[in-house]
Amino acid sequence: MTVNMTKGQAISLQKSDGGTLTAVRMGLGWQAAPRRGLFGSRTREIDLDASAVLFADKQPVDVVFFRHLVSDDGSVKHTGDNLVGGAGSGGDDEAILVDLQRVPVHIDQIVFTVNSFTGQTFQEVQNAFCRLVDETNGQELARYTLDGGGQYTAQIMAKVHRAGSGWQMTALGNPANGRTFQDLMPSILPHL
Amino acid sequence: MTAELVRGQNHPLSHTRLEIRVSTGHPVLACVSCADGGGATREDLVAHPASPVLPGVAVPAESGSAPRCTLDLDAVPEGVEQLSVVLALPGLAAPERFGATAAPFVSVAAAGGEELASFTVSGLGAETAVVAVEVYRRGGVWKVRAVGQGYAGGLAEFFADQGLATAREFAGAVATAAAPAGARTEPARLGTHGDAAGASASGAGRAPAAGATRPGGTPLGEPAPSPGSGTDASAAPAPVPEPGPRTRGAIDYAHPGRRTAAPPPPPAAPEPASPGAPPAPVAGDASGWSMEERLYNQVWGMFEDLARAVAAYRSAVEFAESRMDKELDRALTDPRARIGSGGEAARAAARSKCEELTDRARQALDRDLAQLTAESGVVEPALPAAYARWDNPVWHAYRVPMEIPMALRIGDIHLPEDPGLRLPLLVRLPLERGLWVDAGRSGSDAGTALDEGTLRRLAAETAVALAARLIAVYPPGEFSVHVIDPAGSAEGPLAPLAETGVLASPPARGAEGVRSVLARLTERVDLVSMAVRGGAADALPPGVDTSEQLLIVNDFPHGFDDRAVTQLRYLADEGPSVGVHLLMVADREDAHAYGPVLDPLWRSLLRITPVPDDHLADPWVRHCWTFEPAAVPAGSTVLHQVLEQVTAARRSWGR
Repeated sequence: MTVNMTKGQAISLQKSDGGTLTAVRMGLGWQAAPRRGLFGSRTREIDLDASAVLFADKQPVDVVFFRHLVSDDGSVKHTGDNLVGGAGSGGDDEAILVDLQRVPVHIDQIVFTVNSFTGQTFQEVQNAFCRLVDETNGQELARYTLDGGGQYTAQIMAKVHRAGSGWQMTALGNPANGRTFQDLMPSILPHL
Repeated sequence: MTAELVRGQNHPLSHTRLEIRVSTGHPVLACVSCADGGGATREDLVAHPASPVLPGVAVPAESGSAPRCTLDLDAVPEGVEQLSVVLALPGLAAPERFGATAAPFVSVAAAGGEELASFTVSGLGAETAVVAVEVYRRGGVWKVRAVGQGYAGGLAEFFADQGLATAREFAGAVATAAAPAGARTEPARLGTHGDAAGASASGAGRAPAAGATRPGGTPLGEPAPSPGSGTDASAAPAPVPEPGPRTRGAIDYAHPGRRTAAPPPPPAAPEPASPGAPPAPVAGDASGWSMEERLYNQVWGMFEDLARAVAAYRSAVEFAESRMDKELDRALTDPRARIGSGGEAARAAARSKCEELTDRARQALDRDLAQLTAESGVVEPALPAAYARWDNPVWHAYRVPMEIPMALRIGDIHLPEDPGLRLPLLVRLPLERGLWVDAGRSGSDAGTALDEGTLRRLAAETAVALAARLIAVYPPGEFSVHVIDPAGSAEGPLAPLAETGVLASPPARGAEGVRSVLARLTERVDLVSMAVRGGAADALPPGVDTSEQLLIVNDFPHGFDDRAVTQLRYLADEGPSVGVHLLMVADREDAHAYGPVLDPLWRSLLRITPVPDDHLADPWVRHCWTFEPAAVPAGSTVLHQVLEQVTAARRSWGR
């Protein structure tokens, strides 16, 4: 069962059978808007980047993005940079795997962001989505569609934070502007 | 034409007299349950081994690996809209579930022999009964549907699903009747029925003669001999069967006849002892084409895991301390807190918060360390000689290898968080860069505690142990060792190599010796690299030795002139690509007269120390790892034994 999340909605990352999730994948998929014109090979490719920032008590401790693919503790892994997006399928183009059990004890929030590295706004992106998948069985837990793209180049997608003994996810869906996650830090902080 | 059905697919039938042939790798019993349009049946409408013939339906009376059922759809009783062909495991012997057997293959053929449809019942697991196919009437047309619905609870569960009140007893009777004669006295274990039901039904189950009901031998449409078992069983007190957890597998859209070459899924990992606990570690539990590669990858996986587990711990502790410092500062600067006990309480709270977080971090680290220690405990004994410590029994059972191993253990590494957990430091073979055993005292803490002579001796011993390892793990004759020992200061430590005769030539002495060895190796590197670049490896002059070479240089730069130093640097740069490697035993201080020009040489070598020293950084988080060389245990003769075997093998191979 997939929850189509709306902005600000929070879901608890508990399995339906009561067990806690051990590994989740944050997948990001997109397509460039269709091209018009003669020189199709000169398609302006859109490079979206998924990043995850690990916070301990509202201080950034570690970050996982295309230049630092694995967090130092090994619990958060980026599967690698995709520079062009999906050719048309609905699969994940970039993914960040989080091993929730192994996240260091002091990390209490993980914020996922999407940036347009090449500078196009989300108006030029089609079918962009961000989804959270239970990595142990491939079941989609939540999906958040990046539609209604406006004149901004980044979005703070969601955060996964500790709640009691387990984890909770909150969809943020907050537009921002920036090329990499560093530019987004001021916009992230209010959401912590 | 045969239609190969996939699960859920249906196919119209052009004939009404059908033969359903099942082939499995093991005995199964077959039943046909006739049901009305709503899917409900009655006991007298089930053809089963105890009552193998019904109007229009015949099934075999015993279980077998190729049961055949015949159906005459024109002759089935009024009101029957759906006939399910059910296969069940007799349950008296292994296999006890369909998942452990070959997938049953069901073929639906016209009575004349023409095959109409077939279906492979794949994807079964814990089921002991399965509805293979269903023949049903829809709008006056008979069709067959590939069902493949399994029941973990066996026939009892299936009959319960079909609306039989006494499903459990009935299933027991069916199973008992199907059992071979010798086994009938024993209550069938099929399903979850009680022993009493199975025993009470066993007498009735023997009624029909087995031979009379073979398909083809029984005319269809004959009235069936009255089955006693059903009524007997229904007379018994009937607890309502509880529907057990049924495994309704998801529809498998894969074409059963077109299996790709993908390997079967690995067998399920052994269940952990307690829920939530990690499974017991297994040696070779990594990817790779050979056990050696799997172990290599596993060792590197353990290395990375340890690095990351410790990184998580250190960052949590660091965070806890910095937060505590900040909170203490705040408590100190708050003027209100200076008066009264408020400030003291704030400080105590900050400290306890820090301790609490540190404790939790330590718990997580201890959990990881325990897992890695357990893994190390199974991996170490499983390592091949090239990866093993000198004290590993595999070195005592040493045999001359035929192939170059992937990697060589040059020592152990550990982190201060758990000095007991030592991981092998493996370097790939052939060596990609030279090695430098640092004989200097300034390099390490442990080194400063020793006097210079002891340290130099230890360094030379480390180098000899390493060279012996390299000689031993290469096939005989494919690795030769040259030694430059200008002052003869390493005569003692070099004795094992010299005495066993594994050296290509006796250790070179004096400036003349240095010059001649370097000139020979330089020429070899030059010739071989020229030949490799020119693609003319067979044009080498006959005297050139193409095996891998190791040059041990002791006491550098003693006995070296400028020209020799230049040649050494040439060997260090160009040698590894053409199989000439360098093993330096040196104190960098001795060469300080050369100034910074030798820095690139030192940097190009992998520095190791004869005593434990924390100078190695891992590639992931850059912790400082303490390295300890692979030393031969004191008093052990394993080094001599191994080298003597190598010499003997070289002699017998004529090299």
